[in-house]
Amino acid sequence: MTDPVLEVRGVSKSFGALIASNDINLDLYPGEIHALIGPNGAGKSTLIKQISGGLRPDSGRVHFAGRDVTDLSTAARARLGMGRTFQISSLAMDYTVLQNAVLGALGHRGDVFRFFRPAMTDPELLDRARDSLETVGLEEFHAVRTSELSHGQRRQLEVAVALTLSPKVFLMDEPMAGLGGEGSHRLMGFLDGLRSQAPILLVEHDMDAVFALADRISVLVYGEIIATGTVGEIRENPEVRSAYLGEEDA
Amino acid sequence: MRRETILNFSLLGLLFLFPLWAWVADEPFLITLATRAVIFAIAGVGLNLALGFGGLVSFGHALFFGLGGYAMGILAHHAQTYVPMFTWPFVIEGTTSMPIIWLTAIAVSALVALGVGALSLRTSGVYFIMITLAFAQMFYYFAISWSAYGGEDGLSIYVRNEFPGLNTMDPIQFYAICYVILLVMLFFVFRLSRSSFGLMLGAARQNEDRVQALGQVPYRMYLTAFVISGAITGLAGALFADLNRFVSPVMFDWHTSGEIMIFVILGGVGRVLGPVAGAALFILLEHSLGGVSDYWHIYLGAILLGVVLFARGGLFGLIAGREVAHD
Repeated sequence: MTDPVLEVRGVSKSFGALIASNDINLDLYPGEIHALIGPNGAGKSTLIKQISGGLRPDSGRVHFAGRDVTDLSTAARARLGMGRTFQISSLAMDYTVLQNAVLGALGHRGDVFRFFRPAMTDPELLDRARDSLETVGLEEFHAVRTSELSHGQRRQLEVAVALTLSPKVFLMDEPMAGLGGEGSHRLMGFLDGLRSQAPILLVEHDMDAVFALADRISVLVYGEIIATGTVGEIRENPEVRSAYLGEEDA
Repeated sequence: MRRETILNFSLLGLLFLFPLWAWVADEPFLITLATRAVIFAIAGVGLNLALGFGGLVSFGHALFFGLGGYAMGILAHHAQTYVPMFTWPFVIEGTTSMPIIWLTAIAVSALVALGVGALSLRTSGVYFIMITLAFAQMFYYFAISWSAYGGEDGLSIYVRNEFPGLNTMDPIQFYAICYVILLVMLFFVFRLSRSSFGLMLGAARQNEDRVQALGQVPYRMYLTAFVISGAITGLAGALFADLNRFVSPVMFDWHTSGEIMIFVILGGVGRVLGPVAGAALFILLEHSLGGVSDYWHIYLGAILLGVVLFARGGLFGLIAGREVAHD
């Protein structure tokens, strides 16, 4: 088997007496969608932040693309190829949809310290931005101010911006939260194809989506990963059923 | 044409025609008034880069205004007393050449902005406001106590500095210099606001997480904006000192920081020509209300309150509406 693109090794984090992450091991291989599930407050977002760079683990290491990135900033990790989408849409709300996408293309190209040439007429940036908007189906809204988009459209734009970065992995924090049935169905189809481009670490509440999409699933409960396995294994795992799925079913 | 564009050109046209009329009508005082407005506008254009585009509420831009002023004062002082500034390790003489003074003002302001910004930008919000204020006040008290350059009394220069081919003592010619510099600065800021840097800076103002997720560091964007902002305001300070042929610690005072901020807020935060409208309105009010009462600042305060409460976008917001996203 090939080496994992992303490896989390023995990561722990506590806030006072609360243990948010307890000796967590997790890996992401090329071509897969690895879903991270768990009840509210299990520490999913805390873990994602430690992987993407917003939080420093108390102990343990994060390896990405063959190097130890534990001491790197969020920006440095992003430059190495971590494409993140946020749980709560995190976009430049005063900008248009196209401007947000161009922003991503600009981040990808990396030459932000240019003071004179207009960014919004740069064909290279525009091509990349339009491509990704088209991929998520937002191209007709390119001139709309982002603050005027619907919730679902903002989620789509989050994904589009991540696409412009051509990342090595996608870290997606509940990309389907708040989407309607139709919207989440579309996004699922899209994510399904995306895994061949770059593997996805998917934090998601929508169980149907997780079972339909994921190659592997890790279950996080009270800061601990109680099981990792294929969809079938996780469905059958008695510990998972009692700790998590049981509650969902009831 | 968009309303903002029309407003932009009317403002610039007005600032072109009004002094011309004053010149024909032989009203040198009105030309000087217009020169003040233009120089204040340049200072505001500088602050607007940090405040409007970067969202950095600097309450210490008098620091750069004063540095520019003292760059002019000190260089010209040495030139008129024929005493070199330094004799070791090499001799640096004073100068009365405006271009050299401007470059010095820009360089010194940029350098100080780099230091002040590097420290201040580790904070944000109210703390950033307070720390920038503190830095400016530090320079204010330093200038007061530096008796070699006049201390509290400031420095007077007998003759305005020189610009090749022009008679700078002629009000309309000095006005022309300031007006052209304003145009150059506006063009620069206009281009910058639409450049890669401007786009990313605006994104950092709106959402730092987003910028980090794109692999960029907001701190660097802010610091760069702060340095350019300080340099432009410094240049305005050099011009202001030359206009008055006088520089004093008052240029460093927090009142001055407040006034520069008022130009930006009155005109419209984050609009390229906002500070031009704000500075013009400020001078207009100062001139018309100053005659009514010595306490004209009360009226200014009331107007400012009105702008903040009812016309967030300042004059530009009122007349040209919300900023249109530019593609």
